[in-house]
Amino acid sequence: MTSDTVIEIAGIPILLRSHDSVFEPAVRKYYADFITPVASVAPVELTVEVDASGFPDPETVGAGGAVPVVDVAWTGDRWRLERFDFRGEWSPGTGRGQVCLAQPQALQSIDSVLRILHSILAVPPGGCLVHAASAVRNGSAFLFPGVSGAGKSTLSGLIPSDATLLTDEISYVRQAEGGYRAFGTPFAGNLGAPGKNVSAPLKAVYLLAKGSKNKIDPLSRKEAATALLRNVLFFAKDPELIRTVFETVCRLVASVPVYRLTFLPTPEVWEIIA
Amino acid sequence: MSIYIARSPAVAARSLDGEMIIMSTKDSKLFTLNEVATEIWQAADGRTPLSRIVQDVVCAKFEAEPEAAYADAEDLCRRLAEHGILVISDQPLESAR
Repeated sequence: MTSDTVIEIAGIPILLRSHDSVFEPAVRKYYADFITPVASVAPVELTVEVDASGFPDPETVGAGGAVPVVDVAWTGDRWRLERFDFRGEWSPGTGRGQVCLAQPQALQSIDSVLRILHSILAVPPGGCLVHAASAVRNGSAFLFPGVSGAGKSTLSGLIPSDATLLTDEISYVRQAEGGYRAFGTPFAGNLGAPGKNVSAPLKAVYLLAKGSKNKIDPLSRKEAATALLRNVLFFAKDPELIRTVFETVCRLVASVPVYRLTFLPTPEVWEIIA
Repeated sequence: MSIYIARSPAVAARSLDGEMIIMSTKDSKLFTLNEVATEIWQAADGRTPLSRIVQDVVCAKFEAEPEAAYADAEDLCRRLAEHGILVISDQPLESAR
């Protein structure tokens, strides 16, 4: 039996069509807060198949510390995406595509497919995905970019009760209402749990750095753009996509203040975020 | 003999706070230029010899010694060219951008 599941992130719905009886309930459970019965706009459609043939033995992947390679390429009329645990393609022209997963219960596979597709779909409307935690407090969103180990999950784990976590790993930012808006995503980091499906106007960006005391230092636009660009997700090595994201980030740092947040891993750090 | 330099079309570039940030659109590698390098980058029209750029821009604005300034500028240009964000030739070039 075929089942359709629409996962809508940042107002961009992706319909997953599957025949697999194991895949569909696992997806519905994990992405529960982002599943919608009625998509806000015509969804991107992705037929999902599960077939291990042709994929490498999962136990041999990453042997010796090698990082699995993600290959995302534009073939002239469609995007082709491939990793050791999935391969697929999607056509912007038809809005449709298919993906084959090596394992039905490997949520990280479909999660990576969704991250890749959103890193492409976010760009035309003036958005991007950023390696960043983000949160909403008092009606405003705050973005906390940082590489692995910078403290995204640590800061997220210290979030006060009056704030809402949008994600501890991959943030979604897009032009909106004359400024920028941050959206919740299900893309989790070390906390292992999806963010909340809410959004708010982006008030400030805090680049994370661990230190011996809590402090905030403003960054120049050059420093801010450079740091933010280093944390943008560029899965697709496509010139036009890269150029558009570059311009988006340059515009963002011209309208949203960017700071370096040096912090101690204690709840008091949230007292200086405003 | 001087060389000619032109900005590669395979980049996205923006001047922020008077200094350039440049991203290769081939591989999304990011480069930041200091004030002197920014001046050279902005003057890289493919038609003006680097020696003239150094004389008119670098030496004039930064009070640099011409011979050392040219050597530094050529070294910079060759390094940028290795990353594909600048084009170098011993003949005048069509301006890339």
